Amino acid sequence: MSFLQLNNIEKFFGEHRAIKGVNLNIEPGEFIVFVGPSGCGKSTLLRLIAGLENIDGGDLTLDGRNITHLPSSKRDLAMVFQSYALYPHMSVYENMSFALKLDKEPEAVIKEKVERAANILNLTPYLQRTPKELSGGQRQRVAIGRAIVRAPKVFLFDEPLSNLDAALRGQTRVEIAKLHRELGATTIYVTHDQVEAMTLADRVVVLRDGQIEQVGTPLELYDRPANQFVAQFIGTPQMNVSSLQNLPAVVADQAPIDAKGGSLGLRPEDVSVHAGDSTGIQGRVELVEALGAETLIYVHTSEGAQLVSRQNERTTLHSGDTVGLSLDLKHAHWFDAQGRVVTQA
Amino acid sequence: MSRVSTFSAVLLVRTVLAWGVTLLLFFPLFWLLLTAFKTELQAISVPPLLIFAPTLENFSEVQERSDYLLYAKNSVITSVLSTVLGLMLAAPAAYSMAFFKSKHTKDILMWMLSTKMMPAVGALVPIYVLAQKAHLLDTQLALIIVFTLSNLPIMVWMLYSHFKDIPHEILEAARMDGATLWQEFRMVLLPLGMGGLASTGLLCLVLSWNEAFWSLNLTAAKGGTLATLIASYSSPEGLFWAKLSAASLLAIAPIVVFGWFSQKQLVQGLTFGAVK
Repeated sequence: MSFLQLNNIEKFFGEHRAIKGVNLNIEPGEFIVFVGPSGCGKSTLLRLIAGLENIDGGDLTLDGRNITHLPSSKRDLAMVFQSYALYPHMSVYENMSFALKLDKEPEAVIKEKVERAANILNLTPYLQRTPKELSGGQRQRVAIGRAIVRAPKVFLFDEPLSNLDAALRGQTRVEIAKLHRELGATTIYVTHDQVEAMTLADRVVVLRDGQIEQVGTPLELYDRPANQFVAQFIGTPQMNVSSLQNLPAVVADQAPIDAKGGSLGLRPEDVSVHAGDSTGIQGRVELVEALGAETLIYVHTSEGAQLVSRQNERTTLHSGDTVGLSLDLKHAHWFDAQGRVVTQA
Repeated sequence: MSRVSTFSAVLLVRTVLAWGVTLLLFFPLFWLLLTAFKTELQAISVPPLLIFAPTLENFSEVQERSDYLLYAKNSVITSVLSTVLGLMLAAPAAYSMAFFKSKHTKDILMWMLSTKMMPAVGALVPIYVLAQKAHLLDTQLALIIVFTLSNLPIMVWMLYSHFKDIPHEILEAARMDGATLWQEFRMVLLPLGMGGLASTGLLCLVLSWNEAFWSLNLTAAKGGTLATLIASYSSPEGLFWAKLSAASLLAIAPIVVFGWFSQKQLVQGLTFGAVK
């Protein structure tokens, strides 16, 4: 039996079926990331695990114990909220010790645990401050510290970096990864940012419309997406997906039988652009984005396909230039008309 | 230059208007204050007197004729206890409506408010009969119950509005930390909602203190409040303006002083939700 098991979890909001029979097994110490577009049910699923919403069907077990209908306070979980949810009328010390006080732990034990967590998170100088006297990053660390002191069975993070600026987001992401390595705690992390998913996760769970589309390691999802939705959700820029009828015959004819009427997917790094090349697929440059370490070139082909090419070198190409394109079909992803992946025989 | 002078003219007109309205609203209180220190003859003189030799005879007569301290004590007890009881009932109600909304929550709130739209006289007979059957006529308890129930809709509405402003994630965080419902309410919600509770309590204290209809109809000599004291100076012989003014001043002085010191909280409570 897995450490945390979700069996056929269902959730209804009125008539609307928000979570549709989700099954998932999580092993101890794993860092699982729930990712998906807005409204896919990732936060709802997290809240069902936390006990902040009632499960309408299926069951949830943690370390062999059925916790489906247990209140949040009895599930031995700790949650870090997107808005930090610190108690504004309490100091940092009081925020971090609140759960331990409710548990009637001795004062000396509370002090030791809070000081240890504060030390790990560099919060020791701020223990007597109130949340309004802290910066956004400090508040986020207090929220994490409040979870750490409880040493729960599972940590739950609900988009914890969404309210931080880009620089702080990157920094805090690294700190969360380091913390997970040090503590080895089982973690479920919700984000809509697939960069966070790819960099933090042991395994990623991609959700859409209340259902799991695919579960796998970040590179499995990147290299072997199960369908067009996952293929286009994971990876920045998005995977190029072109209908076969917008591709020259020399390319479309290479599609497997089951992909006829479907589309071809290629990562931007598998599309090369050559200036002044009049052989092969022809196109016109629409936009060039020079990002420093890499360059993105947006091309509109003569057959009507829109492709993005990623290259590590700088370019002298401009909008309106005519270019030739070559496609590395060794890394092609073929999709049928329903968006399911079709393997080349 | 002309834009500056236009602005100054507008500012001048607004200032004069504001002062005018304030003086108009304040004038009855000012006249009450003056009249309380006049003799009866001076009180009814034409033209009205602004300069006169003040006297304290009205105040001593009010104290001799009626037991001011008893009425004041009844006012304090009924106002304070009805406010405390009301808050104890309204706070959990507002909490459940703010954080555990159902599709009927808005309807319930509107229904509660609608009970305030009915004139009190419409409920006089049944309430009088109930008080009589329960042997509560002319008692403080009758007024405490009526004041509590009549202010309850306002208290629930005000607290609901204040509690709605508290982020629900903070309460969820308390739940995740292991707080029971009561601990969540006592250790997180109440400290955060203290401003709202204070301003709601203050407003309802003022409303209960100034309440006259139920005091006059349900009480007399023993359970009467300061409103009853004032009304007793409207006698069949006519209105004794000076004594009436002195009695009124004695009745309103405590609450005016109290309101002066707590005006910030009162304004906060009255303007809840108006500006986000």
